[in-house]
Amino acid sequence: MMEWITVHVLEKYNFWIAILIIIIGLTATIVKENLVKKLIGLSIFQTAFFLWVVSLGDVGRNILTTWGLKTQTPPILWTEAAEKGYIYANPLPHVLMLTGIVVSAATTAVALAIVIRIYQKYGTIEEDEIIQKEMEFERAGVI
Amino acid sequence: MIVPIDLLLLLFLLIVGIAALWVKDLLAAIVLTGAYSFIMANVWLQLGATDVAFTEAAVGAGASTALMMACLSRVPRWEKK
Repeated sequence: MMEWITVHVLEKYNFWIAILIIIIGLTATIVKENLVKKLIGLSIFQTAFFLWVVSLGDVGRNILTTWGLKTQTPPILWTEAAEKGYIYANPLPHVLMLTGIVVSAATTAVALAIVIRIYQKYGTIEEDEIIQKEMEFERAGVI
Repeated sequence: MIVPIDLLLLLFLLIVGIAALWVKDLLAAIVLTGAYSFIMANVWLQLGATDVAFTEAAVGAGASTALMMACLSRVPRWEKK
């Protein structure tokens, strides 16, 4: 039982922290009223998800489970390290998350541009005030 | 990978992430988001993902923070409530 906890819970601590940050970011995205704060929550959520996927490629810790005794090297060709028994990280999640980081920067840029347009039209970036303003506009027949 | 440094960085990550969402000053929140991205770059160095680390330091901590600052120059600085 103790061994099971060590192998499946304690040694996988980066997964637990990634899940915790995902929960925090997603909660902020849903609960926060301010649109910039919503975007900050979204970017934290995205980064935490990238942390989770890159941790899956962390072969030395998450698959061989030896409390970091199997220190891994970056995924480069390194003969001396291979002869000494070191392993290298799985590079596939790295490449996928590299694309993800660039896409998340692009989505943040577009979302911020939309926030600026919303501020120019409604004069506020708080969600409840925007909904109120929109109802006023509809009553006045502007939209 | 060194386990104590890794744990310390993940703890910092959690604290800075919560702080970025907790402060009412949006300028402070954006600066804390940049700090969060930079700590995340260090975590990726620990995970052996060097390419992801410097992309995160350039794009996440640099470009995203600059874009958010540019947006903040046109919207109110303080969060209500």
